Order: sequence, then structure tokens, then C-alpha cells
Amino acid sequence: MDGNAHRLDGNAAAGILSELFVPDLTAARATCAGCGASGAVGALLVYAHGMGTVMRCPSCDGVVLRVTRTATQVWLDPTGARRIVIAAAALPA
Amino acid sequence: MPATSERAPPTSGSGIATTLRQPLRPIAWRLAAVVDIVQETPRARTIVLQVPEWAGHRAGQHVDVRLTAEDGYQAQRSYSIASAPEDPHVALTVERLDDGEVSPYLTDELRVEDKLELRGPIGGHFVWDVKVGGPLLLVGGGSGIVPLRAMLRHRAAALKAAEINARRHVPARLLYSSRRWDEVIYRDELARLIEDDPTLEVTLTLTREPTKGWMGLRRRIDRMMLAEVAWPPAERPHVFVCGGTLLVEAVATALIELGHDPQRVKTERFGPTGGAT
Repeated sequence: MDGNAHRLDGNAAAGILSELFVPDLTAARATCAGCGASGAVGALLVYAHGMGTVMRCPSCDGVVLRVTRTATQVWLDPTGARRIVIAAAALPA
Repeated sequence: MPATSERAPPTSGSGIATTLRQPLRPIAWRLAAVVDIVQETPRARTIVLQVPEWAGHRAGQHVDVRLTAEDGYQAQRSYSIASAPEDPHVALTVERLDDGEVSPYLTDELRVEDKLELRGPIGGHFVWDVKVGGPLLLVGGGSGIVPLRAMLRHRAAALKAAEINARRHVPARLLYSSRRWDEVIYRDELARLIEDDPTLEVTLTLTREPTKGWMGLRRRIDRMMLAEVAWPPAERPHVFVCGGTLLVEAVATALIELGHDPQRVKTERFGPTGGAT
């Protein structure tokens, strides 16, 4: 319950994702490697902790993306994303 | 390599780097200047900002605000943009959280002419503009009204009152839950907006201690309320739900149970401390 009350949307990860990707990734579609559900990255469930940002699938609760910042590095763990589809229009000209 | 090779000559690594670097548009941290402050409710105020090199935004987007203490400690929070893209300045409306690290500074300490470090606009999912079309259903709780207000201001600015047919194509409804009457953010502005717009409907509900004489709804947003206020699912409204996590999840679940397309129900959870009612 407590964990549920603290979750946010993928929108909340747009800032840190903008540090890593040129197009806005929250408008992209991600397919969960666990259950195959597909939806906007902005609609994933976000759990933001001191350790980093964990983005879970709203269908199966599996981890889709994980971003962790250390003092010297940013770790991006995309294991749970089978694919991410970005609209060509969102790319820089 | 034979002279007749049809392969393109190899590109040097530095050439690729130049190509890649050129279109990069990092969302950089900038120092904005506070040009005005408007007290909206006893706990919420609007901070009007002059942001250098602001490239414009879409209604629903947010900014990240970063405060740095003298010892170097930094705290960062996201705040929805309250202004429409058509407005001359970027505005944030911030509600005070008593145990917050950032909001008490913004609501109590920050003054006109102070500087505020921010980056944005951020987010491309929870966004709406008139090109997306309608019907537009907005459901908010507490300070969750902020990005929805940006959408309503954008709608009013982009579709002029004189072009009533254009507005009829994009009808809008707002269902807004507050704890008390004096905590209804943008109360006067919402009244003005509906006064000159028959294609906009606003429904308020108060969840605690209704003011004497309050004749409106007096309960949390529930499925029955949504069934009455929302268009039928067959009308395929674009739905934006914003507020505390529990309100957002209850509303989104009820809307999907009522038959609305989950892909059209976009949510922005502020978290348990972000204005839940």
C-alpha cells in the first residue's frame, strides 16, 4: 500500500530521460519484455527512490527501464524493454 | 580496397560526432527571474517567471526546479506549468507541503526579482493542444488542477470566443475536487472561463467541511460522479487525470470500468504529498 501510494507516472521520469536521449522518450512506446504489453513510456509506473528511477509495466508490474545515478556515472538498464518505438517526427530535423 | 568498390567511403568518427552533436537540444538548466507572485489560496501561489531562451511549451508539460543550499546540497522537484503556451510568461502554481523540502521555500521565501534554477519544458505524454481535438475531459484533485488549467487557458486562447463553432468541435469539461472552498485554486478564473464559454463545463466537489451555503457536490470523485460528468465512452473523449496518486488511480480505474479507452486516459500522479484530497 505504501509503495503504491508513492508511485508516479512515466511523466515523472521525463527529466532524467532527457539527460540521456534527444527525443522525449515519454512520448515513445515501450513493449514490456515480460508480458508483451505495449504503451507510452509516460504511462509506465515510476518508483523514484534515492537509488534511482524504476519504471514498471502497468500490466504485469515487471521492471521495464531502470535509471540509476552514481557520483560519476548514470546506469541505464533496459533489460525489461523488448523495444522502444519513437515517432520519426520526434527526432531532430 | 579495390578502386571499383561501390561502398561509400568510410566516414571518420569525428565526422559522425559533428553530425550527431549539431541537432542536440539538451534541456539545459537555466536561471529564471521571478517577475510576479500571485497568492491563489492560503497554501498555493503562482510564480510568474521570465525564462531566458524559453522555446515554448505544450499544455500539460512540467519543469524541474532545483534548489542549491550554501553547502552544495541540492533538492529537485517537478512542477507542472500553469500557463498556456500563448501566455507571455511561464507560470508555476505551487502548493505548500508542510514537510516538503522545496515547496515551503517557493511558497514562503521566494520574492519577485529572485532567481530560480529550472529546466524544461519536459514531457511529451501528458500533453494536449487543440490539434489533438476533443471532447476534452479533465479530472483533477487539489493542485492537480495546474496542468489542466494550462490546457483550459490554451483552449480559450487558441479557439477564440467569437469562433463558437470551433469551440463546439472541442467541448471541454472539468471535474475538480478540493478539500474546502478556500482551497479551490483558480476559483475566479474558472468562473470567468465558463461565463463566456457555453462549450466549457466545470463541476466542483468539496471533500471536507463544505462552506455554509455550498450547494454543489460534497464527496470524493467516484464512479457515479464520473458517469454523470464524463461523456459516454462512445464519444471517445481525451481524458487527463491529475492529482494525488490515490485519486488518480481511483479515477483512472473507474473510467476504464465505465468503458473508456485506456489509451485515451492519461494520468499524472503528483504522489501522496502532491495535493491529494
